Amino acid sequence: MRMLLFHIGRYVLLMKKVFSRPEKGRVYINQTLDELVTIGFNSVGIVVIISIFMGAVITLQTAYNLENPLIPVYLIGLGTRDSMILEFSSTVVGLVLAGKVGSNIASEIGTMRVTEQIDALEIMGINSASYLILPKILAAVFFFPFLTIISMFVGIFGGWAAGVLTGAISSTAFIYGVQYAFVPFYVVYALIKTVVFAFIIVSVSAYEGYYCQGGALEVGRASTKAVVYSSLVILLFNVIITQMMLAK
Amino acid sequence: MIDVQNISKSFADKVVLKNINVVFETGKTNLIIGQSGSGKTVLMKSLVGLIEVDEGSIIYDGRNFTAMNFRERKEVRKEFGMVFQGGALFDSLNVLQNVLFPLNVFSTMSKSEKLDRAHFCLKRVNLEHAAHLFPSEISGGMKKRVAIARAIALNPKYLFFDEPNSGLDPQTSIVIDNLIKEITEEYQTTTIINTHDMNSVMEIGEKIVFIYKGNKLWEGTKHDIMHSDCPELNDFIFASEFTRLIKKNIKNLT
Repeated sequence: MRMLLFHIGRYVLLMKKVFSRPEKGRVYINQTLDELVTIGFNSVGIVVIISIFMGAVITLQTAYNLENPLIPVYLIGLGTRDSMILEFSSTVVGLVLAGKVGSNIASEIGTMRVTEQIDALEIMGINSASYLILPKILAAVFFFPFLTIISMFVGIFGGWAAGVLTGAISSTAFIYGVQYAFVPFYVVYALIKTVVFAFIIVSVSAYEGYYCQGGALEVGRASTKAVVYSSLVILLFNVIITQMMLAK
Repeated sequence: MIDVQNISKSFADKVVLKNINVVFETGKTNLIIGQSGSGKTVLMKSLVGLIEVDEGSIIYDGRNFTAMNFRERKEVRKEFGMVFQGGALFDSLNVLQNVLFPLNVFSTMSKSEKLDRAHFCLKRVNLEHAAHLFPSEISGGMKKRVAIARAIALNPKYLFFDEPNSGLDPQTSIVIDNLIKEITEEYQTTTIINTHDMNSVMEIGEKIVFIYKGNKLWEGTKHDIMHSDCPELNDFIFASEFTRLIKKNIKNLT
């Protein structure tokens, strides 16, 4: 418990340092643009692949469980849409990105720490926490919602393709189901979750890397801890946000 | 000039620096020597503010660095240049970009002026030809020289070198030592070098401070060191049979 409080306190102090006034705005803009490519664009491929297969599996499982002839078949489309929007495109993609982006951030910053590159920044009079972490947070918070939207569309497309190709549902019924009783607020809810998850992934991973000490072994450990802790915090905040936004 | 007054530092129960008093002089190469674990790295990191001292003051030309807040320290740090043991070059930037880095962040020069300055610094360390190589593509000695070029880019008043010769062959070490000495004289910097390389001590030790178990036991020049009667220093400097023989012969000659 004492260690948990220690880490929470140190994390809050690090975030205070991250959000302090930057040295030179232009340098940060260039850094943020670079991070948009590294964190954002480079994650599009994995998000597309995962989403297609998630959508396909949701459709096939829903179809398999819909045995009662009184239940309309278009509910398969509706179920795929709502599952993708409410949970899979934000939370599951968030967990996958915690693995891909989080480990990358922790190992990058951790390596900079153990090779004294962070000390070199500090000696130059640069706020190393802000310089290294803020552009990553800005890039993730800006770009991850686009990844979520891509995931929603691609996942629903994957569901449609799997349903139609296997003969589980006709194209018309699936599309009708996707359009049926659509609640736009669900998209807002998913995007809010995504922004929070983006912040968690980058800040928790950066924290693990920034305070890494030792050598290559410790960088590896920091990378693993970054994925585990950011995933746990994502799951915790998923419950909190859902309770806050969807509970009646 | 850097005036270190009564600084002490402990980590938990372990006292690492005990009441250190020393003046590092401008335009000279000031060497901190001592065994591994003697506290010399902690002393250097305390000087630049990477480690906070428990007691005492560090005065940079009349400015009390230890009493300053973060923003005030930032201004003083702009006058620092530091070369780390491994070079600490930024892996994602090439050699030229590494040297340009402090200029891009702090300088008000135009783009072409910055480029000219970076090329001048690289030329100063004989690495103009390596401008577009990445740190992973150059040797250890070249990395140290790039780090020196980066350190002098903003015309620093204070230069710090942490083990500049570690991992280098004797010939490359002498090249680095000579470069440090030339730069110190040329720019009249206060240069502090943390080392346990005896070639460096004898080559460029204009002022030498010996740290032993967290205490400053001795200070003097490379000439004084040959005639020191400090037993701990003699054990450290003349650790091998070969160096003891050299000392004996020098004494016989004088």
